[in-house]
Amino acid sequence: MLSTSNSAVTSLPAFELKGRMLTLSVLRLLSTDQELLSAQLDARMASMPELFRHLPVILDLEGVQGQALDLPALVSSLRQRGLIPVGVRASDGVDSADAVAAGLGIMTISNGSSRRVEPVREKPVVAAAASMVVRQPVRSGQQIYARGSDLIVLAPVSAGAEILADGHIHVYGPLRGRALAGVQGDGSARIFCQSLEAELVSIAGVYRISEHIQETGHGRPVQIYLDDEALCIQPL
Amino acid sequence: MARIIVVTSGKGGVGKTTTSASFAAGLAKAGHKTVVIDFDVGLRNLDLIMGCERRVVYDFVNVINGDANLNQALIKDKRIDTLYVLPASQTRDKDALTQEGVRQVLEELSKSFDYIVCDSPAGIERGALLAAYHADDAIIVTNPEVSSVRDSDRIIGILSSKTRRAERNEEPITVKLLLARYAPARVQKGEMLSVEDVCEILAIDLLGVVPESKSVLSASNAGIPVILDADSDAGQAYEDAVARFLGEDRPHRFLSEKKGLLGRLFGS
Repeated sequence: MLSTSNSAVTSLPAFELKGRMLTLSVLRLLSTDQELLSAQLDARMASMPELFRHLPVILDLEGVQGQALDLPALVSSLRQRGLIPVGVRASDGVDSADAVAAGLGIMTISNGSSRRVEPVREKPVVAAAASMVVRQPVRSGQQIYARGSDLIVLAPVSAGAEILADGHIHVYGPLRGRALAGVQGDGSARIFCQSLEAELVSIAGVYRISEHIQETGHGRPVQIYLDDEALCIQPL
Repeated sequence: MARIIVVTSGKGGVGKTTTSASFAAGLAKAGHKTVVIDFDVGLRNLDLIMGCERRVVYDFVNVINGDANLNQALIKDKRIDTLYVLPASQTRDKDALTQEGVRQVLEELSKSFDYIVCDSPAGIERGALLAAYHADDAIIVTNPEVSSVRDSDRIIGILSSKTRRAERNEEPITVKLLLARYAPARVQKGEMLSVEDVCEILAIDLLGVVPESKSVLSASNAGIPVILDADSDAGQAYEDAVARFLGEDRPHRFLSEKKGLLGRLFGS
């Protein structure tokens, strides 16, 4: 399924693109004889006109493979009868230019047989929210919040400064201020730092103040994470 | 165009005015036409340290309000030809300074001076922000103790976001550290933060270390910028700092205690 991108700056989406399983009627051709086809169609439709009116159909040309077929003429004769051909099933005999000229989409349908057509799949573009990277020291009194992403600080975080992120926090200078990861409640967020001298660390609201950090890793490289609602400080 | 230097600290009583006076005097002595402005409206001190308090007629606020022109308010130093003082008003408060008024005064001074030294008031409010807003360079005066260092850190953060250069996305203001009232003996005993500690916390360039010195107080009381007292260690330290500011490479002195005769004999 293609979903809308995760970009933080979006206005209200105007549309969604979704994949759905639908039941469609398939018109399987057994003959390329246009006159025969028209006559038999008319006869069938006369018996159940309501069923056929505006009925979307997909053409299956497998049965007439290798035979000459005027696809545009076939399509227009179907339309005259009130049917709505929407596509043609991909098979060896279908010329895609013909199909497009006739206003048909080319459907790849797997029927579970060995002739399964491998769909050309676009690589899914995973719109991972870009991490926020801070290169300048975060000074006392400053507050930096990486909304919806990770926060990477390549400089010291001073005492009295506060850094917050919805995701992980990485600090490559001394961490002396407050660091709060997973502030929207993501308990899997972690804090990584080179030198833990923080006033306070918190993951998803579970916090510890410096007084209780001292013995567990003060001034050392550590990672901090939640293990079953308990804050763990583990030397790296 | 003049280069505008703000001398600031966040915390009060750390030596901003002493530094402003000495720095301005040092720049002027080096031959640059320099004016030092007292932004501490309501707590006027710079004129005392500069020894010109009895010659104040008009002040900074008078100029902003259009009561006087700049030439009437500028006080020419009697010792150095190229040094001028623009005193603050003692009877008004910091709200008397307007962003537009400050801009106009600095613009006019820029035309005729090489350096404008702004002596910032303590705090992080209006007066301090106005003093720093137009600056090209900042000298952060810090004492080797934790509260001063934290306040300095705070003000450095503010400088990086609330100045003209930051708002216009220009090249950021250069920030340099001046560590004042440094007592090597107390550092050794662990009673004071060391130069290394302070530099590590603030992560900015060190412009100079001024030792704790009796000469600072006596110079202040006499109305002489301590830099003009060439015999004092503090004066020499300021001299070095000014030279470094002007691009000279000088080694840092006064980082360790002078040893007395007995100390030297016994190598303790």
